[in-house]
Amino acid sequence: MAQVLATRMAFGQELLEIARRNQNFVVCNADTKTCGLEKFGKEFPEREFSFGIAEQNLVAGAAGLAACRNKVFLATFAVFASMRACEQVRTFVCYPKLNVTIIGTHAGLQVGGDGATHAAIEDIAIMRSFPNMTVVQPADAVAARALAHAAVDFNGPLYIRLHRNPVADLYSPSNYRFEWGKARTVVDNGADLTMIVSGILLKKAVDAADALEKEGIHARVLDMATIKPLDEEAVIRSARETGAIITIEDHTILGGLGSAVAETVTEHCPVPVRRIGIRDQFGESGDPELLYRAHGMDTASITAAARELAARKNSHQ
Amino acid sequence: MNHNYFTLQDVERLEAQAVQIRKDIVSMIHDAGAGHPGGSLSAVEIITALYFHVMRIDPARPDWSERDRFILSKGHSCPALYAALARRGYFDPALLGTLRRYHSILQGHPDMNKTPGVDMTAGSLGNGLSAGVGMALSARLHRQDYTTYVMLGDGEIQEGLVWEAAMAANHHELKNLIAIIDCNGVQINGWVNDIMTVEPLADKWRAFGWRVLEIDGHDMKEVLTALHIAKSMRHHTVILARTVKGKGVSFMEDDCAWHGSAPNDEQLIQAMEEIRKGGVV
Repeated sequence: MAQVLATRMAFGQELLEIARRNQNFVVCNADTKTCGLEKFGKEFPEREFSFGIAEQNLVAGAAGLAACRNKVFLATFAVFASMRACEQVRTFVCYPKLNVTIIGTHAGLQVGGDGATHAAIEDIAIMRSFPNMTVVQPADAVAARALAHAAVDFNGPLYIRLHRNPVADLYSPSNYRFEWGKARTVVDNGADLTMIVSGILLKKAVDAADALEKEGIHARVLDMATIKPLDEEAVIRSARETGAIITIEDHTILGGLGSAVAETVTEHCPVPVRRIGIRDQFGESGDPELLYRAHGMDTASITAAARELAARKNSHQ
Repeated sequence: MNHNYFTLQDVERLEAQAVQIRKDIVSMIHDAGAGHPGGSLSAVEIITALYFHVMRIDPARPDWSERDRFILSKGHSCPALYAALARRGYFDPALLGTLRRYHSILQGHPDMNKTPGVDMTAGSLGNGLSAGVGMALSARLHRQDYTTYVMLGDGEIQEGLVWEAAMAANHHELKNLIAIIDCNGVQINGWVNDIMTVEPLADKWRAFGWRVLEIDGHDMKEVLTALHIAKSMRHHTVILARTVKGKGVSFMEDDCAWHGSAPNDEQLIQAMEEIRKGGVV
């Protein structure tokens, strides 16, 4: 049994591994413990640039490096990448379409004890609104490792959202291949409803689908690793075939995956959509699982919401 | 002149070029009906010296990887940069008349993907020196010997990010980065030191580990000498260029009202006349 890793650590370790045979990228670091890339400079002193506690300079400096045709990875907490350096990401990375990958770690409520100041629950909404930006979020360590390879080959502004704490692997390396902009069907129990998930809450959705199956509710689960550009085709197909959609994300329901899915469904194939996530509030300190329960984002709450939605769908038919 | 880095003929040629660029600036902003003449006119001698004498560039190859880089961090002064690029041969000077128009290659603030010769997108103040740090780091990484020049405004350095970048340049001991501050003393709502004091400027930069040169930013010989010294120091250096906002047009000089407004037809005629007379060549 492999060691269970946080998505951030899996991504960082894999990138370090790739760096040993691929010379074609550099790393810009702030002074944070993000994803293990703090150690990048020890092995590759020429390819690592320290920017200290100065995230705006981190991003604008990375843009300068990228303007000289370097592939740049920069790492900091999602809360700082998306908000302290928001304008630098928008105007100096996205607008000029520079080849900068922004690794935003410690995303969502899973940050736990650090509390609201450090829990990025708005970052997807912010990053998704920038033209030229691609936004991705792996569901487990296997997906995070595969994403590291894809990110090295990617050209353009990219935001990668990673979580702080280890989660059980859902995928195995032998059966997982990362594909840009493609939803992945993880559970296909039938056509009562579709759960569309991005990030580490995927396991909870899969568990909820198992529980629903026992009750005779046949759910599909899609892993929407790429939030932008959204796999609209998969969303529309889910709406048509199952007639009800639940979105699940460790993020505010305003502007993230839930909004992206709802926008597509409303435009192309209106069906009931229920968004699970943080409901216009800040986070707080506490055990992540406790926080998920408090915000209706645990397996039991997801199951209950799905049950309700299925009943609502049937009552309309 | 006994210096080998410029001759009296160079100075005369550059001063004549500066006259042309001033005319272009005023005419472009008049045609566009909007723009920033004050800070464009104060930057003319420096930008002229860079593009017509100092920088290692090739207008036929704007993407040449060994070229010197220039970042106009005070991006609103782009009419000066656009005029220099056009007159240097990066694109047809006839396009200067399209400034700020729909689908023009000349955006209201510099866009590295739309304008040949623009090395970095800029315009939101305070960001250019950070990008310059990144470019200087890239030169070192790839063992290239180009120089990165960044021009900032004196009002602009009220932005905190400038000082993050100043700190980083010193931390990384950058030898190939030169900042030039167009110290025209005026920002949009008045005198810089009435709005938010930036002085003592030289002391601030020295405290951040930079070498400091202070010059008259309208004296071509001083500009050329300072740029030469700054490069030969092989140490991050800032040139504090004392300038006059709106330089060359009497009714624009030292007046914050001309930070961001366009001359009308009558004012254009007067401005062109003054610029022509002011250029003694």
